[in-house]
Amino acid sequence: MTATRDTAAPAATDLRTRPRGFEIAPILGVLAREWALYRRIWAPITFSAIVEPVLYLLAFGMGMGALVGTIGGYDYIEFLGTGIVAMSVLFSSMFPGLIDTFVRRRFQHTYEGVLAAPVDVRELVTGEALWIALKAGVYGCAPLLVAIGFGLEPTWAMLLVPFVGVLTGFGFALLGILLAAVIPSIRTVDYVISGLITPLFLVAGTFFPIDQLPGWAQTAALVNPLYHCVELVRGFAFGIDVLAALGHLAVIALFAVVVWFLAVHLMRRRLID
Amino acid sequence: MTSSPQSDRSALRHEPSSPQPAISLRGVVKRFGDITAVDGLDLDVPEGTVMGLLGPNGAGKSTTMRMLTAQSLADEGEISILGHPVPRESKWARSLMGVVPQHDNLDEELTVEENLRSFTYLYRVPRRERAAAVERALRIAHLEHRRDTFTEKLSGGMRRRLLIARGLVHRPRVVLLDEPTVGLDPQVRQELWGLITALREEGVTVLMSTHYIEEAERLSDEVALMAKGRIVRRGAPADLIAEYAGRTVEEYAVGLDGIEVMEKTLHAAGFTTRRTGSALSVLRAEELPDSLRDQLGSGMRRASNLEDVFVTLTGEKVE
Repeated sequence: MTATRDTAAPAATDLRTRPRGFEIAPILGVLAREWALYRRIWAPITFSAIVEPVLYLLAFGMGMGALVGTIGGYDYIEFLGTGIVAMSVLFSSMFPGLIDTFVRRRFQHTYEGVLAAPVDVRELVTGEALWIALKAGVYGCAPLLVAIGFGLEPTWAMLLVPFVGVLTGFGFALLGILLAAVIPSIRTVDYVISGLITPLFLVAGTFFPIDQLPGWAQTAALVNPLYHCVELVRGFAFGIDVLAALGHLAVIALFAVVVWFLAVHLMRRRLID
Repeated sequence: MTSSPQSDRSALRHEPSSPQPAISLRGVVKRFGDITAVDGLDLDVPEGTVMGLLGPNGAGKSTTMRMLTAQSLADEGEISILGHPVPRESKWARSLMGVVPQHDNLDEELTVEENLRSFTYLYRVPRRERAAAVERALRIAHLEHRRDTFTEKLSGGMRRRLLIARGLVHRPRVVLLDEPTVGLDPQVRQELWGLITALREEGVTVLMSTHYIEEAERLSDEVALMAKGRIVRRGAPADLIAEYAGRTVEEYAVGLDGIEVMEKTLHAAGFTTRRTGSALSVLRAEELPDSLRDQLGSGMRRASNLEDVFVTLTGEKVE
């Protein structure tokens, strides 16, 4: 390599504002970097995020649907389609939040590079979770579109489903990030999948109404943010009281806020020594 | 340490060098449980100079580097970069600083150009200047012809050049290089030395940790010899060598049996020695009297280096 006069010129990073506190610019920086990565690897991610829940929907909807018939007056595939939106959001947010974050932190040292730039842990965590949430909000719509293809009547309220998907996905992405900061090795991910993710979508009214469950499981469902996501999506499809919708939304928002603080705290402990 | 309004304006406008050091550490201590990795470190790096932080593995060099980017927080002491106290104004400091880490953390799925561009976002390079910033970084690293190559296809040397280019993409005023040439073959190392020399010529302040003696001697205006978390000595390489090791070192294969006797004799005559197996190296050999030289037999003469200084001062080897 040879000398170049380029490095002597005034710095390109002539920040217009003094960087302090929690800022939007670094979050946009993280999102832009994720977008650059996503453009290269979108195909397998999209395939898995869309095909898996749609297969669940088709297999259970057509297979079980023939046995179950209707639930609450709705065809089972319509009931299931609205529920699987939440499952799709959970998978699209929790897995990348957990696995990608762990790999980047532990093996790729990605965050060392990001945190050497004017980005702090809060902005890094927020940017990563927001990116995952945006994808989850989009991917979560696929089962709904398939259900519409099978006869679910579209409603205007369904246009709110992506926003619910983003908010729920934000919370679960943060939960994944939080766990990525806690687990000691990649093998420990199996505990999270079997011990947390599977119960989360089974006790959420996805495949069957929760009133079929024992009392303790119904109580567990009420504190499960995914249940509230299911109720919202189902409500947007079949009709819901505004106050009830706001209540479900509040639970999901509260969940996102709590896990944001925990994820930031635990990631800071991991990344800053 | 607090940042004055004047220093903030200076940072914004990139005014020429100020009397305050670009990097300042005062009484910095960092502990990991019972281990004290950095133990009361005092170091100033004047603006526009290259400072080599030389020491063996475990001396505390990488911890010091991490503390400068606030990825490791000091338990005691004060740190400032271009007048910005760290960690309180670390984001501000990091916007003026480029960091080349010891561990390769490039994005494998991205091309060379995409790797650089993604960091223009993180460093907040204005939109209209991003393309030029990427081109400049590609040019500095001589990777223009590899812009569309995926990172995973690059050789070790190219990856390291890309890491350096990434750290320079926003034209920082201070650059931290953590073991920039570790694990590279001599030819690639020479190439990177050319780049670091260019940075010095451009007036960029460089703090470079290394355990390669030749690297520190060649590139640094000053070196700080670091051992057990402290700076043992600092100064221009030539001055340190002249002060502690003289012009030449002579190595004598005296054998294990005679080595202790010879050591005692040389020490009594005021000479400093170091052992390498059964061989004995005598520092300031140009001052050896013929009588002693006759006792030592035939030796091999070489120029003194920083390794001799380091061993003399700490009793440890650097590499």
